[in-house]
Amino acid sequence: MDFRSTFFYKYRRFIKAIKIYLLLSGPGLIVMLADNDAGGITTYAVTGAKFGYGLIWFLLLMFPVAYVVQEMTVRLGAVTKRGHAEAIFDAFGSFWGWFSFLDLALVNWLTLITEFIGMTAAMSIFHIPPFLTLTVVSIVMLLMVLQGRYWTWEKIAIAFAVLNLIYIPAAFLVHPSVGEVLGQGLIPHFPGGFTGTMFFFLMANIGTTIAPWMIFFQQSAVVDKGLKEKDIPWGQVDTLVGSAFTVIVAIFVIVVTGTVLYGSEVESAAQAAATMMTTNPYLGTFIAIGLFDAGFLGAICISLASSWAFGEVFGWAHSLNLKIREAPWFYACYLFALVSAGGVVLIPGAPLVLITLFVQVIAVTLLPAALVFLILLLNNEEIMGEYRNTHLQNIAGATIVIAIIILSTLYGITTLFPGLIGP
Amino acid sequence: MTMVTVENVFGARLGSVVRRMTDKITAINRKYAQPRITMSRGVKISLLFLRLYLLFLVLLLGYKFWTLLR
Repeated sequence: MDFRSTFFYKYRRFIKAIKIYLLLSGPGLIVMLADNDAGGITTYAVTGAKFGYGLIWFLLLMFPVAYVVQEMTVRLGAVTKRGHAEAIFDAFGSFWGWFSFLDLALVNWLTLITEFIGMTAAMSIFHIPPFLTLTVVSIVMLLMVLQGRYWTWEKIAIAFAVLNLIYIPAAFLVHPSVGEVLGQGLIPHFPGGFTGTMFFFLMANIGTTIAPWMIFFQQSAVVDKGLKEKDIPWGQVDTLVGSAFTVIVAIFVIVVTGTVLYGSEVESAAQAAATMMTTNPYLGTFIAIGLFDAGFLGAICISLASSWAFGEVFGWAHSLNLKIREAPWFYACYLFALVSAGGVVLIPGAPLVLITLFVQVIAVTLLPAALVFLILLLNNEEIMGEYRNTHLQNIAGATIVIAIIILSTLYGITTLFPGLIGP
Repeated sequence: MTMVTVENVFGARLGSVVRRMTDKITAINRKYAQPRITMSRGVKISLLFLRLYLLFLVLLLGYKFWTLLR
């Protein structure tokens, strides 16, 4: 074959691979970009304002962490054709099943409230009242699922996920010094020393990287999408690409706030956006839109994760490919989650800050169990067959799971007892 | 003596809904009564660790609640 023939052949193969990827991608990309939800963006924004570019190196470490954990859900979903809630019931019995399911339902509902808080805070910067924001968001979220096809829902969700990348052009608007970003960001160090505050922020960043709903969501999404064992490599690529994007977005949020707000007291991403609005309206608008989109992405994934789990446990029909009359309880759960969580946000004087803190503590009770179950299931030959974890995967998985359990537990404890590990 | 039933407590309509729900939960418990996974030593140790971990968290939350009340 001459050069032109070889080039054309390879080009065709590449285009074909891209087409297959676009067809099979989705759950990994969506879950990873939704990982940068309203709470996540707030954590990164505050981290940037407090430590500048100093902790970018730490976020890079989150890339393999996110990938290793989420990749296991792809294999488990594709092989068992079951969501994580159902898999726990089946493998570990009703005690652990009910514990995981009820804990998930509670933590998801509380997290959904925090997503709505983020969305209303972002839109209030544009003087849009919370009631209007919540109404429109709820209608859009309902329309997304009621169209009756998983594929359509997924592509709409990916469009919103792509909007999450708005922080990349936002970073170019603030003209950061590339030398400073690379110099301060890529060399592992702890700006200001390893203090209690620093430790709290490190744990907060880990806490936003892996959340319990992500495990349940991606596994159920893989099942609903109908991925089979032969599709696992594509699911892995999807998760890898998603993991890269989630870290990239996090880094760019830190670059924005680290450049503009370094040294100032910032408590939330909404506050950061409002502050930027006064100095650079374009930048403030980008940050506010990004925060809204982050909350929206989180909300669509979390509410679906809960509905899928309810369907799996109670044996109701639970697929986005079904119409309302075919899966009434599945859609009723989804609607109830939206209306109840939105309703709490609208209650005057509702303890929203307390809810936000409580989410972190409740998530800590579920995350270790979900991760341990994941490792145990992935090691069971009867369930996983040839797709069970290799020794290398077990070493990586176990190391990450143990580290996450220790750090997320400390995070929960320091949330309960602030100042326990010093200033 | 009349036996206390779900229907007596909640009324006929709501009672039947509660009855269906409790029946469903009973059926789920029966279906998943036996864990499918082989209870190897590793699995047993992991589940024991989780139970102790959760007990620790419950005690911690209880302590926090107690200190808040004081």
